[in-house]
Amino acid sequence: MANDKSSMQLISRGILSENPIFKLALSMCPAVGISTTVMNGVLLGIAVLFVQVFSSVTISIFKNMIHPRIRIPTYTLTIATWVTVIDLVLAAYMPEAYAKMGIFVKLIVAFAIITMRLEMFACKESVSDSFWDGLGMGLGFMVGMVVIGFFRELLGSGMILGHDVLGFKPLLFFILPSAGFFVVGLMMAFFNWIEIYYKRSKGLK
Amino acid sequence: MMTLGNIKSIVFIALVALLVPIFVQAEGLIVDQTFHGDKEIVVTFAGSVDKAVVENVKNYTVFEEPDPDIRLKMSSAILGVDGKSATLVFAEPLNTIETHVVSIEGLNGEEKTVFTVSKSYLGYLFGILISALLINNFVFTKYLGLCVFFGTSKKKETAKGMGVVFTLVTVASATMSWFFYNYILVPFDLNFLQIVVFIGLTSLTVQAVDTVLRKVNPVLFNSFGVFLVLVIANCVIIAVPLILANNHYNLFETLMLALGAGGGFLLALYLMSSVSERMQLADIPPTFKGLPISFIVAGQFAMAFLGFSGLQLF
Repeated sequence: MANDKSSMQLISRGILSENPIFKLALSMCPAVGISTTVMNGVLLGIAVLFVQVFSSVTISIFKNMIHPRIRIPTYTLTIATWVTVIDLVLAAYMPEAYAKMGIFVKLIVAFAIITMRLEMFACKESVSDSFWDGLGMGLGFMVGMVVIGFFRELLGSGMILGHDVLGFKPLLFFILPSAGFFVVGLMMAFFNWIEIYYKRSKGLK
Repeated sequence: MMTLGNIKSIVFIALVALLVPIFVQAEGLIVDQTFHGDKEIVVTFAGSVDKAVVENVKNYTVFEEPDPDIRLKMSSAILGVDGKSATLVFAEPLNTIETHVVSIEGLNGEEKTVFTVSKSYLGYLFGILISALLINNFVFTKYLGLCVFFGTSKKKETAKGMGVVFTLVTVASATMSWFFYNYILVPFDLNFLQIVVFIGLTSLTVQAVDTVLRKVNPVLFNSFGVFLVLVIANCVIIAVPLILANNHYNLFETLMLALGAGGGFLLALYLMSSVSERMQLADIPPTFKGLPISFIVAGQFAMAFLGFSGLQLF
């Protein structure tokens, strides 16, 4: 691995500077659809992490055998295979959580973020680098889902991970499905605000 | 070459073919039978009937076609003033989507008169379309296809192009997925391959439409070709085959679901782009510029679409 990127850098890039949800604004559907609790976020995060890591590694191993013209179908089929694996595993061992997440586990196959990482990273870099990059991106997605889920669960039902922490329900609105849009929108605005504030304090404009 | 007139006549024939069974059904003693509200069935007889027989609840056996063992409980039967129509009132709301089988004993001396009550099939199909279009709109109530939704809803022109191309591809790929699912996956017990097969078929459809359009109509390709690449990145297009496989839809229902999904996406895009065009003139705080404000607007649309829940036309 004669590379200047260390594994830690690859992971932190996925979580912070290139966070799939807040920075790249990709794979928004589950972030809005089923982020009502922290637990949902963790479970779907694990599923995405699994698919991302394994597809990255698979493509990275076979990168010299894939003809450039059929690379996109190859990526799609690789992802579809790993999604099928995690779909069957979740359905068998966690039927309740699986029922809650509904169709979203199967829809991981259409997540733009996974194809994008394969196209931009895994088809060029070594196997171990691809592994760390996949891990970073998967963790970044999981962190995003958990943060949104944390706010919606805390503000909507006054609970965290199913434990009552506030003792009252501040704003029932946040548990409603359509609030997902508002929460994601407000959080994006918040990150923008930090960025603008930071730039101003540095006197950059 | 298929002209507009041709298409019109084909659609007309298809509609007539769908309607024919409704007229054929009426025969014998019973002229007409319909659901009335969610607790009543109204029966019209050919001639006058014996009031004592009709109004005796014990003479009836009613069940849903799939479960003949579960008898539905009736609270009363009332013969109308004209002596020809009866209202059967049930204790609990009926599941009007299912076909109900009603049999009456001793009516006009006959040992048993059996007839079925069902909603008009056309109405049921239309219900699927309306449900996918408004009540369960894929963008605003199921939260699917958001990446492409936020990407292509800046201008009305783009929104229209994307929506139309997407609808066409959805219908084509859903039809193909239906044939594959019913004639290959189910007979050979390959259900676990659903995801792989459906995503493969979808990519194939997109590629095929791309190639055909490029050769047949280059002008159309130039204006719509860009959207074809985006279609494959949309989760709605893979959600439609998964839903039809889950619910065991037949071909007509599949077509309606695909049309509703595509039309719903077109509707959502058009609404959003109309707002986006006006937002360009508005004074938005710098922190909310771009995606954040789009999300807030989409949230408001989602709340408005909640109002469609419970909408029932037939």
